[in-house]
Amino acid sequence: MSIAVDLATVWAFIIAFAVFVYVVMDGFDLGLGILFPLFPEKRDRDVIMNSVAPVWDGNETWLVLGGGGLMAAFPLAYAVLMPALYTPMIAMLLGLVFRGVAFEFRWRTTKARNKWDIAFFGGSLLATLAQGIALGAILQGVHVEGRHYAGGWWDWLTPFSILTGVSLVIGYALLGATWLVMKTEGELRDRAYHLSWIFLLAMLGAIGAVSIATPFLHVQYTHRWFAWPNVLLTAQVPISVAVITALLLRSLAKKLDYQPFFLALALFALSYAGLGISMYPYIVPQSITIWQAAAPENSQLFMLVGVAGLIPLILAYTAWAYWVFRGKVRPESGYH
Amino acid sequence: MFEGFDAVVLARAQFAFTMSFHIIFPAFSIGLASYLAVLEALWLWTGREVFINLFNYWLKIFAVAFGMGVVSGIVMSYQFGTNWSAFSDKVGPVIGPLMAYEVLTAFFLEAGFLGVMLFGLKRVGPRLHFLATLMVAIGTLISAFWILSANSWMQTPTGHTVNADGQFIAADWLKVIFNPSFPYRLVHMVLAAYLTTALVVGAVGAWHLLRDRHLAGARVMFSMAMWMATLVAPIQILAGDQHGLNTLEHQPVKIMAMEGHFQSHKDGAPLILFGLPNQQAARVDYAIEVPRLGSVILKHSPDAPMAGLDTVPRENWPPVAIAFWSFRIMVGMGLLMLALGLFSLLMRFQGKLYDSRLLHMFAVAMAPAGFIAVLAGWITTEVGRQPFTVYGLLRTVDSASPLAAPAVGSSLLAFIIVYFIVFAAGVIYLLRLMAAPPHPGEEGPSHETPIRSAGITPATQGARP
Repeated sequence: MSIAVDLATVWAFIIAFAVFVYVVMDGFDLGLGILFPLFPEKRDRDVIMNSVAPVWDGNETWLVLGGGGLMAAFPLAYAVLMPALYTPMIAMLLGLVFRGVAFEFRWRTTKARNKWDIAFFGGSLLATLAQGIALGAILQGVHVEGRHYAGGWWDWLTPFSILTGVSLVIGYALLGATWLVMKTEGELRDRAYHLSWIFLLAMLGAIGAVSIATPFLHVQYTHRWFAWPNVLLTAQVPISVAVITALLLRSLAKKLDYQPFFLALALFALSYAGLGISMYPYIVPQSITIWQAAAPENSQLFMLVGVAGLIPLILAYTAWAYWVFRGKVRPESGYH
Repeated sequence: MFEGFDAVVLARAQFAFTMSFHIIFPAFSIGLASYLAVLEALWLWTGREVFINLFNYWLKIFAVAFGMGVVSGIVMSYQFGTNWSAFSDKVGPVIGPLMAYEVLTAFFLEAGFLGVMLFGLKRVGPRLHFLATLMVAIGTLISAFWILSANSWMQTPTGHTVNADGQFIAADWLKVIFNPSFPYRLVHMVLAAYLTTALVVGAVGAWHLLRDRHLAGARVMFSMAMWMATLVAPIQILAGDQHGLNTLEHQPVKIMAMEGHFQSHKDGAPLILFGLPNQQAARVDYAIEVPRLGSVILKHSPDAPMAGLDTVPRENWPPVAIAFWSFRIMVGMGLLMLALGLFSLLMRFQGKLYDSRLLHMFAVAMAPAGFIAVLAGWITTEVGRQPFTVYGLLRTVDSASPLAAPAVGSSLLAFIIVYFIVFAAGVIYLLRLMAAPPHPGEEGPSHETPIRSAGITPATQGARP
């Protein structure tokens, strides 16, 4: 498959990049929420919260860029997908409301702290599940007529979308657990190691299940993955997954605190690349390509100037913020 | 449920509800971020401890308000797609890039430096920390720039063409961004944010002065806030008047609705002070009016003719009563703010700024005035634009998603329930923070000290350079 480089393709990569950065950055912090019930001690929960409180806000901003960028660069895709994913989108937003305010609210009350802990867990779980379901619903395709979504409002709910939803919950939990391995010490870190093992195995099962199911959704996906000579290219993905998994298992066994998180991110990157390979050049699978959905050239060019100049700058100061708060979080280091 | 309802009406209700909830937090955090930057600058400059105490005091309040602004803002950014997908398809190529620039130049800046601002003083030192505070404050202002540009373009669209798919396309980006109403709107909104914050800061200061008039922190914040009210309230009234003239030029129908002018007046329009606009009968019932004053205010001449809604097809009328009343509420709040500013100036000159209980009680009562004015002003301008989303060009009914009423109704219900839980809790926590007086050694934004483990227990040591 050849990729013609034009504005729409450039923008497809930019949006894909923004969504990917969102997935890896907010992924681990949503994962922490998902793991919350497994750490019932208040002391542990304080540490978990403190490990991301300075950066969670920036993490979530990538979601706004993904959505806003999609509306600006591919307005037709945004206009078709959002009504198609109506229920999961609303669920995700409500989940994010609960977990977002929990970051501040749980420190402002003693009596109701447990309630905000539940809100943090429930909101994180709901948002993740909704994101995973939305992904599955996009992959299976939506019904389009003219420039509108024309399906029902339960079309997103299928066994496949449930599978992708659960898979994402497992994946984010793995990111969260490996993040804790990196950022904590003592007993909390040991628990995180244990959970990393469990969620890594579950994640491998999930990757396998989704990989097996995806090619059967549409002939195009099957063709994309297995046709000669495409298979030479696409086979790199499962091979890389095997290599990364081996490295990840080794780093967990040897208790190398910093490696598991980055290897887990690499697993996410590979899965994400796999999805991209399946979908390209469709932005709404089977219905709308990136060229059909593209905004007029002058909109895409106007924004490209900003993206080219600002994304590197944003990455630089975001990296600086992470650097400022580097190292292990100690139980007594609250900052509120 | 919701079967009998109109999906577009429900979508509008949802937008109005989520937007009203959202707008009060940016209005507060724009002003508060600048106030925090000023406090930290004063601390670095003078070295006086009272400034860092106040900084730390308001920082905690800022964090809670900012968090609520962020989560409700994410909802807004996706609502264009969920409930207004036809609008997104048609208008996305023009306002999408403006909002993308808001994310790139403002949201990331705020969020990126927020962590350092809240928790990093000890880690990065006072100068870098001040830079972080400044970046957050600048970020909020840049955000206002882009979102008001997008909103103003919807009110007074220029610099665009329409393509074969019915999409709006920018022909000239500078004309799109700096559209005719944009400068007025931006100034009016930023001043409103500063006034809103000043009234809250002033009310908190006054509240603590009523208890202890020697409390240093309360005196400083009260005095600063009253200067703000004294100086900015009159400027805001002037800016509002200029904005009104701009609206008359570009959106005359909105002015007709705000003024309740159903009929044209050939020789001088009255100013209707109060009355009950009756859209059906096209008249204002029980009107109390001052002859010719309307023409004096809007055209600066008592005999200038004013066109009324009778010159406009009925299907292009906005809901008159809402625009009429929300406008009056906004103006009323503005006049009260002016009164507070002048009263405080008088007391200041008499040396009774910290002693006048009447002034302090007035200031406490005025705490919500800014929020009320911002909401009322926003309702005036948005409802006044109806029945269009892009003024004169794209109708609201042609902007909605192809959704059934039950879908929109259920999500509206979900937002109402969730927002009321979150909003109620947030307001309680904010009031709790404000109820505690600012004290010397106010707990700082430190990443190192063991604090807050039991909720709001203050630290024993404040953050000092």
